[in-house]
Amino acid sequence: MNNNIDWKKYLIVLLITTGLFFTAIYLSNYFGDKKINQLKTIQDQIAIDILSSETQFSLLSELSCKNISDAVFSSELAELGNKLEWSQENLGATSEVSYLKKYYSLLQIKDYLLAKRISARCGVKSAFILYFYTTAVNCTLCQEESLVLSTLRAKYPELRVYSFDYSTDLSAVTSMLQIYKIKDTALPAMVIDDSVFSGFQTLENLEAYIKGSFKLQESATPAGNSKSSPAKSL
Amino acid sequence: MTSILNVILYILTFLSVYVQVFFFVTFLENRKKIIIRNSKTKLISYPSVTIVVPCWNEEGTVAKTVHSLLDLDYPQDKVKIFLINDGSTDDTKNVIDKFAEIPNIKVFHKENGGKFTALNLGLEKSETDFFGCLDADSFVDPEALVRIMSYFEKDSLTMAVAPAVVVHNPRSIVQFAQQTDYSMGLFFKKMLGFLGAINVTPGPFTIFRKKVFNDLGPYKHAHSTEDMEIAYRMQKHNYKIENCNDAFVYTNTPETIKKLYKQRLRWIYGFLNNTLDYRGVLFRRKYGNFALFTLPMGVISIFSVSYLFGKIVYDVGHFFYFKVLQFKAVGFNFKVSNFNFDPFFINTESFIFLIIVVYSLVMFAILFGRKMAKEKNIFSLNMLYFFPIFGIVAPLWFLKAIYNTILSRKPSWR
Repeated sequence: MNNNIDWKKYLIVLLITTGLFFTAIYLSNYFGDKKINQLKTIQDQIAIDILSSETQFSLLSELSCKNISDAVFSSELAELGNKLEWSQENLGATSEVSYLKKYYSLLQIKDYLLAKRISARCGVKSAFILYFYTTAVNCTLCQEESLVLSTLRAKYPELRVYSFDYSTDLSAVTSMLQIYKIKDTALPAMVIDDSVFSGFQTLENLEAYIKGSFKLQESATPAGNSKSSPAKSL
Repeated sequence: MTSILNVILYILTFLSVYVQVFFFVTFLENRKKIIIRNSKTKLISYPSVTIVVPCWNEEGTVAKTVHSLLDLDYPQDKVKIFLINDGSTDDTKNVIDKFAEIPNIKVFHKENGGKFTALNLGLEKSETDFFGCLDADSFVDPEALVRIMSYFEKDSLTMAVAPAVVVHNPRSIVQFAQQTDYSMGLFFKKMLGFLGAINVTPGPFTIFRKKVFNDLGPYKHAHSTEDMEIAYRMQKHNYKIENCNDAFVYTNTPETIKKLYKQRLRWIYGFLNNTLDYRGVLFRRKYGNFALFTLPMGVISIFSVSYLFGKIVYDVGHFFYFKVLQFKAVGFNFKVSNFNFDPFFINTESFIFLIIVVYSLVMFAILFGRKMAKEKNIFSLNMLYFFPIFGIVAPLWFLKAIYNTILSRKPSWR
């Protein structure tokens, strides 16, 4: 009567379900890998751009600021940062993501050093913020500060924000932490024009500071100066 | 903590996929046996059937219910209709008394004691070999009875035949949502019928062999779901229950969310408590697919939907938390970023693919159910109301039913 159990069917359904499960896991890994590869490609591209600009800068030295490529001033670095952050949240903190994060930190430092040199030599209107945060503990203020910085970056294209995760295990990042004496208890922290700011900084404070920094630069570069911003000249 | 929640999520997802695949495989096995008749059905013999209409404050609908019974395409002298007034406080008494003169109708008045007492009075008075009930808010299709009886004629071991309950004249969004739910129910119940694992013999027009009650006893209160308990009792005794997918019964459905909530809370509470009362049959081979599939499936569905709801609430909460944080940090200064679609940010967790599989199979069940219900427009967009309404409100009655069950069971645990 009713008690005829078709065990074969239960088993077949189990096999189909397991198959679907593994297919889903395979698809998820496949797309995850594709995303990691995409990140790697972007990073390699940025690395080439930075290296190329560095080389160009060394070759031409002070001869002409006009010829400095503005590739390093592209927004790719920020975009990469967003994607890495997303990957860490959604793909999990895999070894590949943390490796990419280290590489990213290094690229940021290189970009920072180069951009600072170009800015100093060629009088480009610019401001730099080194921003230190943490993902190791739940840092609400860091989340808020990131939002403040994103807003500022959108408002001032000349502003370059470099974000560093405190827990990144990379000697170059550790050196910076030591140079600016940044403690994990005082996060978020920022370095602007070699001054260290600890704790949350409001949008208004930072904006005032950046505007001040721009004004200084404008007064140092009189109008009609032949040195124009590479970003504008190209 | 997060990893434990993830493990639970994946276990529930796995089980949900299993359930849906099981239904789909059952469909593939039996698809040729699903017959939807259009012409008049003829029987070799027409046995007498008693139909009880229990009424409690049904002055508005009972007359239509009785007329639908009188219009059945079945020899009228073989249909004995008992109208039982279960202590109504409205005008039901006068409405049904008017039918007392019709030869095959008997009218009874009793003190209010609940639907199961009205049914038991009907059982006591009935003298036929077949017995059924029709709720006073439902109407039968003229062909319904003869089609149901054809199942009994075909198989002498069939002890009860459940009809295809569809929504009568849906008007509000809430009713359209229920129409989809009932259509999906047609598909699932037919599949459970093939598996010999039906767990509800619906109040509207399930027909039983009287032998069932002679052998197993009358209806019980059963947490206000007597039509579920009798099915459990029959399954426990290996009495065969069939589903007649083309015997249509039209039922009035709650028109507001609040009424729907109350009705479903009673159903789910009934399911949980009847399952707990019959926990002895769970996973026992001798009770067949009912014990191995139907009951565990019901429990899994309740937990999966509730858990998924919890996850959605958490995600929505997280989104708003972020917005609050954004407002706190930058006030109205945040720049609305241009919407640049970047496929990079599409969520490709394996969970998402599995949910797509589950929803596709559910969608198939809905569409096939609508075909079975002979809906004119199978792809009507009205069915989409089902997802937001049941997605948001169903978890609430599930959770409340679980809560009430825990509360009501508490003393017995001590």
